[in-house]
Amino acid sequence: MEILVTNSRPATALEIMIRKEIGDLVRSWRFIVLLVLIVLTFLASMYVSLSNLRTAASNALDPDRFLLYLKILTTTDGTLPSFHIFMSFLGAILGIGLGFDAVNVEQSSGTLIRLLAQPVYRDNILLAKFISPLMVITTLFLSLGLLMIGAGMLITGVPIEGGEFLRILTFILLTILYVAFWLSLSILLSIKFKQATTSALSAIAIWLFFTIFYRIIVNLIVKACLPDPAFLSPAEILDNNNLILNILRFSPSQLYTDATTVLLMPSVRSLGPLTMEQMAGAIPSPLSYRESLLIVWPQLTGLLGGTVACFALSYYFFMRREIRP
Amino acid sequence: MENPIIELVGLTKLYGSFKAVDHLDLTIERGEIYGLLGPNGAGKTTTILMMLGLTEPTGGKVTVCGYNSTSQPVAVKKKVGYMPDNLGFYDSMNALDNLVYMARLNGVKESAVRQRAIEMMDLVGLSKSMYKKAGTYSRGMKQRLGLAEVLIKQPEVIILDEPTLGIDPAGVKEFLAFIRQLSRRHNITVLLSSHHLNQVQQVCDRVGIFVEGQLLANDHIDNLSAQLFSKDTHVVMISLAAPLDNPSYYREQLMKLDGVKNMAMTDSSVEISCTRNVTPELVRFFVGKGHDIMGVSRKEHGLEEIYHRYFENSLTENVSNGNSGH
Repeated sequence: MEILVTNSRPATALEIMIRKEIGDLVRSWRFIVLLVLIVLTFLASMYVSLSNLRTAASNALDPDRFLLYLKILTTTDGTLPSFHIFMSFLGAILGIGLGFDAVNVEQSSGTLIRLLAQPVYRDNILLAKFISPLMVITTLFLSLGLLMIGAGMLITGVPIEGGEFLRILTFILLTILYVAFWLSLSILLSIKFKQATTSALSAIAIWLFFTIFYRIIVNLIVKACLPDPAFLSPAEILDNNNLILNILRFSPSQLYTDATTVLLMPSVRSLGPLTMEQMAGAIPSPLSYRESLLIVWPQLTGLLGGTVACFALSYYFFMRREIRP
Repeated sequence: MENPIIELVGLTKLYGSFKAVDHLDLTIERGEIYGLLGPNGAGKTTTILMMLGLTEPTGGKVTVCGYNSTSQPVAVKKKVGYMPDNLGFYDSMNALDNLVYMARLNGVKESAVRQRAIEMMDLVGLSKSMYKKAGTYSRGMKQRLGLAEVLIKQPEVIILDEPTLGIDPAGVKEFLAFIRQLSRRHNITVLLSSHHLNQVQQVCDRVGIFVEGQLLANDHIDNLSAQLFSKDTHVVMISLAAPLDNPSYYREQLMKLDGVKNMAMTDSSVEISCTRNVTPELVRFFVGKGHDIMGVSRKEHGLEEIYHRYFENSLTENVSNGNSGH
């Protein structure tokens, strides 16, 4: 009876829109290209890590050597970056690729005005544009992650530990959050710019700025403003290094790599420099899941904050803007 | 006049200092076909967007079907079908799916939505090509698909923005006849905007002439022409076999006739404006002078002329205003 009731409930406008958006998305060439790109990257890094897994797991100096599934995700022989490093730029491309034409193409093709002439709330459109790609990539990454675990079990015969599973799950959620950030940024740009090419280019420009130029600029400014470390006490050097790291953390890809590194390498204890006193008495062993999560909590909230800020701005620009045919 | 379905009161829209719509007052009754006429950029589309709540008015109030369009746009959009002039569809979906999507958004039940969409396609005559991609549709077909989409929500009011744009004359005639039939049969109120006056003339009960954000005239077409051409009600065209050799002499002679106010000559045809119908005297006059008359016609005042007259008036006013400003 209950099933009957839920079935007869008419779908809300948002559900209808999401259904249509997902349908459009999975049939589009763009998504197929991105999918192929990600799957290929995934397979390539899996291949590299699996062929080096034996050496990595038998490295007695590595406290993480028994966490086999995390090793699969992070091991590399230097020919290819590992999967989580790959994702720090593929995730951005994925987010930008799925969102850069969300609103402006609908507007220029004249479908936006028709959509808005229907009895729907404006924010439904924005939410559908945001939620549908997220649902698709969530499915994509979850299946990739589970496939990896399954393949790992078949190949190595080692059962997965609860902690590892949690870490991998959190890593997947983090990746989705990272894509969500770029998605909401590119949706914002698609509202601000009338041409899809302009919004795509500016999104790519922002991404390039943060991945390449931001570090260089920060280094330049630091060299000009902060005194030479040769004349400073160790404590001051430590402070300065922390400052530089914090400035670098304005870059979303930095946040993502920091967070994934901690999550996937449980022996990483801090993202900044540690003094000898802090290290004294520490046993080189993996941290618990909870402790790792505590270390990356600022990174997580930072990414989430960025996503929400971009989405809120999109909302602000879109809700009261005049839509002309 | 007791229950207007569309009511605009003092509606104003400013873009910076530019007045797109200037204190517009307008009421439209249920079941009426109203033509909003004006040149491009007169503020027609802006007015329509404000009726749908897609643009916020700077001042004034819009009420459609008893709802305030600015504060309750969704309630208004449930009752109003809008067809924009630039029709865009999702080109990667077929026409039927486009229609089904819009029907779903309008709350048509999932079990009935496909059936209803197919019925609508039948109604607008697209049943043969409903599985084609919307991107392959011609302008005329898109127009019909747009109409199907407007009708599928069973609206009380239909707003058509430049519906005759870009379709051939036969198509226009058919389209407008269809609209009129629909309106009469289901008591649907139709508001259509256009700058093609003679086309609109055929179907509208009332027209409003809209220039530079202001409604210059708002009445039945017959009343409009009576108002406007009260000074020189009759215009008679006489075509002669050969041009007149001494125009000024004829002018003098013609002006002597009772009621003749003005005359103009182009080649072999003479146009005479007069306050009463002096056609018989004119014919007698020309025959008496030994001219062969090839044709005599009385000019009817169509919407085109009414519109031109209004438009010219507002232009000359502007020019004189501009001059006085110096």
